[in-house]
Amino acid sequence: MAITRDHELHSRRFGRNLGLGLALAAFVVLVFGLTIAKVQRGDSMQAYDHQPRVSLLPPEPAK
Amino acid sequence: MADISSYEHGQEAGFGDYVALLKPRVMSLVVFTAMVGLLVAPVAVHPFVAFTAILFIALGGGASGALNMWYDADIDAIMRRTRARPVPSGRVTAGEALGLGLGLSGLSVMMLSLAGNIFAGLMLAFTIFFYAVVYTIWLKRRTPQNIVIGGAAGAFPPMIGWAVATGGISLSSLAMFAIVFLWTPPHFWSLALFMKEDYSNAGVPMLTVTHGRPATRRHILAYTLILAPVALATAFTSIGGPLYLVASLALNAVFIGGAVGILRRSEAQAEADGYHAEKRFFRFSLAYLFGHFTALLAEAALHSFNLGGW
Repeated sequence: MAITRDHELHSRRFGRNLGLGLALAAFVVLVFGLTIAKVQRGDSMQAYDHQPRVSLLPPEPAK
Repeated sequence: MADISSYEHGQEAGFGDYVALLKPRVMSLVVFTAMVGLLVAPVAVHPFVAFTAILFIALGGGASGALNMWYDADIDAIMRRTRARPVPSGRVTAGEALGLGLGLSGLSVMMLSLAGNIFAGLMLAFTIFFYAVVYTIWLKRRTPQNIVIGGAAGAFPPMIGWAVATGGISLSSLAMFAIVFLWTPPHFWSLALFMKEDYSNAGVPMLTVTHGRPATRRHILAYTLILAPVALATAFTSIGGPLYLVASLALNAVFIGGAVGILRRSEAQAEADGYHAEKRFFRFSLAYLFGHFTALLAEAALHSFNLGGW
């Protein structure tokens, strides 16, 4: 039997590879989306900017 | 040049064969009950987190299905209903099914722990262990009570959904567990009544094989009678309400009526009409479960408009 480029075996393997590729791509999208959702829900973050953070200073005594 | 014509062309698996290993029809039930468990919980979950959590609960269920197909390949090859599955038909090797099952188990538990919380992840891990090891390996071939205890595996998903939202267990989530747990035996035994040769040929100790068919009919009625008060009592938990109660009353009346009908039939009558009543009861059992969880979902929807509940 002649081996042709479009043998049924090849199309089946292609389908399997395509399915796995799409599953992996979906997983990447899922992890990215999950990261965005988690970060958005979290508390606001403050980076160190060479100034004492107001939120960390003890409250000023009332005058 | 390699000669590929020496391969058996019909034997190579396609992508769909690996999907079939995950038992997609069982997964659809897992998706639905887990989704209801998550949505009726009193804590709101980010929609994307909820979607991801349900997806990985379903994938965990699928992974346990693949482990089941790995271990049960010898039985599946005998039973008519399961002969065409990927492992007994030779398209996928048992080792591949084991690898896929273990790999997806780890992935789904890890991802559910990250998307939801560690407790939900641990519950999923326990569910996979329960289905693959306790049910498939320990119980299925040993005791006619296999599906009674094994039914717990199918009953965990709504509790896991609840745990994703709340991080714990409550009376309401236990009630959802109890409904699926007590519903499983009559559901499967009615299937066993009209699939008789299959289980006996494979040597699986189904109740129909070990205790006889009249005993199975009695057991079906007994479980529907135990199930009814549990399903009705759920109406008075935090997730229930009048709408659920009405739906549950109607569904349980029909379910018990069907079970009484099955009890009254002799084997000759059943064979004469091709197990008509048993098949109808089996189909209705699916509607019964779907109806209860839909009613819970409707109560949750009413709650958000300050309606529903007591």
